[in-house]
Amino acid sequence: MDLLTAEFFQRALLGGALIAITAPLMGLFLVLRRLAMIGDTLSHVSIAGVALGFLINVYPVAMGLVFAIIASFAIEALRRTYRTFAELSIAIIMAGGVALASILFTLGKGYNLDVTSYLFGSIYTLNNSDLIVIAIVTVVVLGVIMLLRKELFLLTFDEDAAAVSGLPVKFFNILISILTALVISASIKIVGALLVSALLTIPAACGLALSKSFRQAIAIVVVIGEAAVLAGLWMAGFWNLAPGGTIVLLLIVILLGSLVVRRYKV
Amino acid sequence: MNTAEAAAPVLCHREIIALDRVGFSFGSQQVMNNVSFTAHERDFIGLIGSNGAGKTTLLRMIVGLLKPQQGEIRLFGTPIERFKDWHLIGYVPQRNQFNPLFPATVREVVLSGMYGRRKLLKRVSKEDAARADDALRTLHIENLADKRIGALSGGQQQRVFLARALINNPKLLILDEPMSGIDTETQQNFFHLLRHMHQHHNITFLMVSHDMEMVRSYLGEQPKESCGKLTFHVRHSHDLEDCAETDLLHTLRKEG
Repeated sequence: MDLLTAEFFQRALLGGALIAITAPLMGLFLVLRRLAMIGDTLSHVSIAGVALGFLINVYPVAMGLVFAIIASFAIEALRRTYRTFAELSIAIIMAGGVALASILFTLGKGYNLDVTSYLFGSIYTLNNSDLIVIAIVTVVVLGVIMLLRKELFLLTFDEDAAAVSGLPVKFFNILISILTALVISASIKIVGALLVSALLTIPAACGLALSKSFRQAIAIVVVIGEAAVLAGLWMAGFWNLAPGGTIVLLLIVILLGSLVVRRYKV
Repeated sequence: MNTAEAAAPVLCHREIIALDRVGFSFGSQQVMNNVSFTAHERDFIGLIGSNGAGKTTLLRMIVGLLKPQQGEIRLFGTPIERFKDWHLIGYVPQRNQFNPLFPATVREVVLSGMYGRRKLLKRVSKEDAARADDALRTLHIENLADKRIGALSGGQQQRVFLARALINNPKLLILDEPMSGIDTETQQNFFHLLRHMHQHHNITFLMVSHDMEMVRSYLGEQPKESCGKLTFHVRHSHDLEDCAETDLLHTLRKEG
């Protein structure tokens, strides 16, 4: 199989495998806190950052990351203002991000703006610096989650109880926002901004359908994320399909399968 | 306001909660004003008030989820801003509105009662797991340990949250409408359990309830104090070996 020996494909597999650990993990926490759409919002905002990066000639992924982090702070601030309407803050920031991105794209029309590769992903063009960014993000996110697993569980299950236990809830919320922004800006080049949230939320949806315990849910989302990304990349390479789209469709197939399994199990 | 207790200055009956002219308003809507009250060790306090009287707001201030806008709150003698010993307080919030699909077992939820500041960055030890088992047994839910929390009935869930609150051996137990949404028989069992804990253990209770009948039957017809729309029914318990330091879960289990 010469596909497997091709360097661009090996890079794609490596980058994909790393993102498939962290994106579903962060997604699980977000989905359980009813913030599933946050992935969509942050990715749209970071597209604006990517566009700005191209315009001012700065590494676009880094610029996207900065934008995503700013957006996640804004969401957290709005979330506190509209306490029971978490989705409202998300929708507002998303609109702002898309608006800014469209303006920056039009401004940059004269430049050679590689927009589609960020909107739909272009995993075959991962370069060394992209891989290094993805690796660093994976280490940071995994490290924090493993270190604070118990506390993140309590925070996700019952934020008030976490506060009453004396945990620094505000700090943890900001931490989750930053980790999410990191994961999203690192995965944009793999599945594309339009599809990033699928990689965050669909494994979590499968996890909810299949698991009884939190421990199980954590294992299930990572396994499903890996399966979809690796199989999706291979299928896309083999049949010459769009990798991002293939991965997402595969995730949806797995979700449907999980729902069937659940029906027979419960 | 707190002259009645001063008459019985027993050494161990220290002040657990002190509210000193506490006031709070949401925007221009004043919820409470000038509320003062002192809870002593081994009091069972029933906090009664109509809807909107500020019961839940007051509880949320006492557990530090809201900051009082006027006045001061002290917990175990320490001003709440400087209070650090949150493991001394068990909190059972108003019936949890968690997602019924949330992937967490009963054991995971009960164990999470220990994930406070003291456990930060530390692993769950064998002793911790044993404590969780103890708490489950104490509340007779050990057979539900591996069930998903969302699959339980309201009464069972309430026991799980009580087990979570008890796992740290708290000195103060705060319950917000623990009986709402539970059938009468389960309510009576639950209240019986609370009464038993109050009579036999060194715990102070603060419970918000709208079930006047149950509160009055145990805490007496007349409120000890009232502040605005809030009334405090209090019953003190020191008939048992006074203030002995015991491990609640173990002794509770022995006593059945």
